[in-house]
Amino acid sequence: MGSIATESQFHVLAVDDSLIDRKLIERLLKTSSYQVTTVDSGSKALEFLGFHEDHQNNPNQLSVSPNNHQEMEVNLIITDYCMPGMTGYDLLKKIKESSSLRNIPVVIMSSENVPSRIRRCLEEGAEEFFLKPVQLSDVSRLRPHMMKAKYKDHQEPQKQQVEEKSEVEMIIQSQRQEEDESPQEQPRQEEDESPQEQPQQQQQAQGSNNNKRKALEEGLSPDRTRPRYSGLTVV
Amino acid sequence: MEGVAQLRRQLVDYLTSLFQEGFLDNQFTQLQQLQDESNPDFVVEVVNLFFEDSERLLNELTKALDQPSVDFKKVDSHVHQLKGSSSSIGAQRVQNVCIAFRNYCEEHNIEGCLNCLQQVKQEYSLVKNKLETLFKLEQQLLAAGGSVP
Repeated sequence: MGSIATESQFHVLAVDDSLIDRKLIERLLKTSSYQVTTVDSGSKALEFLGFHEDHQNNPNQLSVSPNNHQEMEVNLIITDYCMPGMTGYDLLKKIKESSSLRNIPVVIMSSENVPSRIRRCLEEGAEEFFLKPVQLSDVSRLRPHMMKAKYKDHQEPQKQQVEEKSEVEMIIQSQRQEEDESPQEQPRQEEDESPQEQPQQQQQAQGSNNNKRKALEEGLSPDRTRPRYSGLTVV
Repeated sequence: MEGVAQLRRQLVDYLTSLFQEGFLDNQFTQLQQLQDESNPDFVVEVVNLFFEDSERLLNELTKALDQPSVDFKKVDSHVHQLKGSSSSIGAQRVQNVCIAFRNYCEEHNIEGCLNCLQQVKQEYSLVKNKLETLFKLEQQLLAAGGSVP
């Protein structure tokens, strides 16, 4: 699609209704050498991605307008969960239901650590679930998802991607591994649905995606283990 | 006029005290790390956004809790926003009051909510003062020819 993409030109679309959080995520992403577009709602995000409802053929099917070739290719969408109107989950669903957009990796952010919410998002196809406030260590986990999507799009890898090949090979390997094993792994049962204090809970809610994610996580940023609230219940 | 070294030490000591007294947490450090020569005002900009946003939310909360029939969902929504933004800049004490505040919202406890509103106003006012002082010290250091640690 247009320009030759090197790793420094990955373009991330960030969606958040909070101005402060938009500013924060923008800085985090730019510091990590990504191009960034921020919007304040799910509907604006869909607009940016070139969506329009195809009323004639399929009222429920969203498609990309043929005239809008997306001036800028979006390599990843990172969205807040709690937004008025369309939630991050709603946005995720719409993207995954679209034949033209479903390959764009989606990451969800939330200030609330709710295991059932995390699991739902991951099951719906979100690549990661970040707890807010998002930090540089979280953002460093984004690249493999964008690399994978890019590799899928192209028949043969570009020269620029040769240096990333080992990372991509690791991803392909883990996918093969996953195919060999039973794909029908039961998601872990959650004891209760109330928010936990330990941010590590997000790791436990991944069910059948565990193997793939573990392979991706090796050698990448460490788990977030910062204690949050001392002795207080997260609502 | 104090020397650069003294101003620097004053700034560092002040910042350290803010962490020790729980006004700020690690997230504020994260913000500082995102600031560089190409974005030298990042922290001030974000903090100013926080001030504007908080003042708006505190006004909304005061109004909402002053209604004859309180809409707790609305109150909770405002507190949720305030909790989020205070968390994003590392204003720990404000954030902590918001957590308690949300619990009272859930319980539809008007007394508890009013208490929390007062508390959160206090904590906000304190951290605002502290941060403004911090920025002033930074300005003094820069004006004296020093660099912000």
